[in-house]
Amino acid sequence: MDAEGGNAGEALLDVRGLTKIFGSLRACDGVDLKINRGEIHALLGENGAGKSTFVKMLFGSLEPYSGEIRWKGDKVRITSPGEARRLGIGMVFQHFSLFDALTAAENIALSLDDGSPIGTIAAKAKALSYSYGLPLDPYSLVGDLSVGERQRIEIIRCLLQTPDLIILDEPTSVLTPQEADKLFETLERLRSEGKSILYISHRLEEVKRMCDGATVLRHGKVVGHCDPRQETAASLARMMVGSEVSAVTRPPVDTKADHSPLLEIRDLSRKAATPFSVPLRAISLSVKAGEVIGIAGVAGNGQGEFFEAVSGEALQDNAGSVRISGKDAGRLSISKRRLLGAAFVPEERLGHGAAPLMSLSENLLLSRYSTDRKAFLGPLGTIRTATIESASERIIKHMDVRMSGKDPEAAALSGGNLQKFIVGRELDRQPSVMVVNQPTWGVDAGAAARIRQALIELARGGSAVLVISQDLDELFEISDYVAVMHDGAMSQPFAIAEATFEKIGLLMGGAAPEQAHPVGEIA
Amino acid sequence: MNILEAVLITIVTASTPLLIAAMGELVVERSGVLNLGVEGMMVMGSVSGFAAAYMTGSPWLGALAAIIVGAVFSLLFAFLTLTLVTNQVATGLALTLLGLGLSGMLGEPFVGHPGVRMDNIHIPGLSDLPLVGGLLFGEDPLFYISILLVIAVSWFLFKTRAGLTLRSVGDNHGSAHALGIPVIGIRYLAVMFGGACAGLAGAQLSLVYTPQWVENMTAGRGWIALALVVFASWRPWRVFAGAYLFGALTIAQLHVQAIDLNSLGFLPGPFYWLLAALKSVPTQFLSSLPYLATIVVLVLISRNRRLTMVNTPASLGRAFVPDR
Repeated sequence: MDAEGGNAGEALLDVRGLTKIFGSLRACDGVDLKINRGEIHALLGENGAGKSTFVKMLFGSLEPYSGEIRWKGDKVRITSPGEARRLGIGMVFQHFSLFDALTAAENIALSLDDGSPIGTIAAKAKALSYSYGLPLDPYSLVGDLSVGERQRIEIIRCLLQTPDLIILDEPTSVLTPQEADKLFETLERLRSEGKSILYISHRLEEVKRMCDGATVLRHGKVVGHCDPRQETAASLARMMVGSEVSAVTRPPVDTKADHSPLLEIRDLSRKAATPFSVPLRAISLSVKAGEVIGIAGVAGNGQGEFFEAVSGEALQDNAGSVRISGKDAGRLSISKRRLLGAAFVPEERLGHGAAPLMSLSENLLLSRYSTDRKAFLGPLGTIRTATIESASERIIKHMDVRMSGKDPEAAALSGGNLQKFIVGRELDRQPSVMVVNQPTWGVDAGAAARIRQALIELARGGSAVLVISQDLDELFEISDYVAVMHDGAMSQPFAIAEATFEKIGLLMGGAAPEQAHPVGEIA
Repeated sequence: MNILEAVLITIVTASTPLLIAAMGELVVERSGVLNLGVEGMMVMGSVSGFAAAYMTGSPWLGALAAIIVGAVFSLLFAFLTLTLVTNQVATGLALTLLGLGLSGMLGEPFVGHPGVRMDNIHIPGLSDLPLVGGLLFGEDPLFYISILLVIAVSWFLFKTRAGLTLRSVGDNHGSAHALGIPVIGIRYLAVMFGGACAGLAGAQLSLVYTPQWVENMTAGRGWIALALVVFASWRPWRVFAGAYLFGALTIAQLHVQAIDLNSLGFLPGPFYWLLAALKSVPTQFLSSLPYLATIVVLVLISRNRRLTMVNTPASLGRAFVPDR
């Protein structure tokens, strides 16, 4: 930590005109950014605005097309992450760059360029982690750790390199509100030690609370520099999106309508299928017609396993553990569950929600050939292309899916547009039960609002809607009731009016002292 | 030299090539690359080892030539799969077919010629000890090399930083790249190490096992080595156990097929009846016994799914294209 390096008042990092081109896409287009010593600087922008591309260039994992980077006043070329680390730039990745099958200490060792033995590294990491109040067991296997603990490893790994600039890419998107508070304390302390932080986020309240300066990106271009403390969340949002985002409206539940339960989960348990997955522990839940129930939880607490059991990707031994429209469905296949009126939207869009290299209309047929057999298939099982294509166009129009060309491959659409198509494909059937996992993950604000509104409208039309999401803002926007998953168990749902961020955050964290994870034996 | 000692020594000779080839492939797969071309690289090692030894008269030069040829041959695979990002399975199969064909062509002039045998080690005193002397101190040099190889690979993978880096590349090449680890470079080196080992394993066949050149003389041993790596859940000492189990059963079933029951009346009852029972089953069954038993045993010792998951290279066989 050389506080003397460079003249006072000179920027630690000064980036001018940084540009990166992928094919015909200008992911970053002449981006300027300046960070002073001891500053927490925010990089704001929607998904796809070029934030990650920009920081990857700073960290040397992508090569800029043009532009220059000045570090402590000198022009530098950062050709590799190793080079960035030598300069004093550390990075905490959004999708953690950790190795599941290795221990925390081994993970840390991999990014340190000195050759010190694992034992020494483990001891140093442990001491540092305790001094920052981020306790870490260096010999635990990463695959066994929660996302919060994984992030600690990334942060400690970064701090061990004594960087002058720490880049944090969407650090709170996977944390509970309490874990995020803990992170903010750590960042404040790092700032007081004279370190600079580049903080990437699309959560405006955090940015307003923590950051001294901000740069806003839209479609790869800088649209403004500002002091977030002087701005409102709404004004920042307008800069990010470029227009007003229409708010989602949630009309009250019609009390006179029929509210029979359409989706019932009864005492659903499941053993962990692989050593790194989560077992489900006696989950019971009932979703009534006309309601949206939201399920909150930190990623990796059994949401994926729960979705698989509900959708039929994983069959249950007990047929009564999942009931759809009053019928036992626990042992039925996905198609049979669809025939009972259910529709499912999985988390992963490409490869799970849609076959990437098949056209949109083919993807439509793939998920609906059993429910719409009469309309989509001829008497001998031949495909009625014209009918399917017109149904596909209806969905595209209804959900405002934007794309180039007629009936493109699923992989050719942007994340937000593909998600609108996948959700629309299921809505188009008017399902009586809709189960969605992470409906708007990685989707831009406009598309997210469209999807959320459509889910509310479906429920108000008399369907039961179950939404699993990590985004608490989203759940507060659309749910009538919220339940929380933690470690494979689910809390009682409570009415949204009684829910607070704090209450849900506590439940997400297990609402109990953090349990020690068993340290795995390795050969 | 009594019969038991002779049997044990043949077991060692039969197991060594499997072990050497499998250790090489283990390192390759730990780096996340699936090279199905082991058989092809081995047979190239056999023919080049034989040819070099035949022409120079030195079995050591033969072994060296086999190592070089194996590594260079594997470089073809590495270039195709790592640089040009072709499908690893298809490319590996093609490498095997190419190796079998090319070795047959190159080896044509050497068919029927007597080879040069690599002499066994002889340490005066120790090697002459009864029973263990020949077994422990009088084997061919490649046996000792194979054991050193297991120790070295195990130490390298689990005790060195370079080994940790190699395992990290096999576990998650995306993360490794993000940290600045040269994924492709490490995989090139791993593939070439695998090729060198396969070449040496092939040379063992044409310089020690049966010092001669016969077309297709690897006879599927490359495939056995591949299977051993997977069934041993990518752990060096389990590969060692698997290779010796397979070697032992292969030799044992040959002896069972060959024995004359009438001369064994002196054996205690149960042994006699066991042998009699084995002799009464079709020989095809006996020949398949090593395969069956090795799979069953290795599956049984790999029952711990957690350990297996931790040791399985999660990126195995997946193509990697770094974005720059």
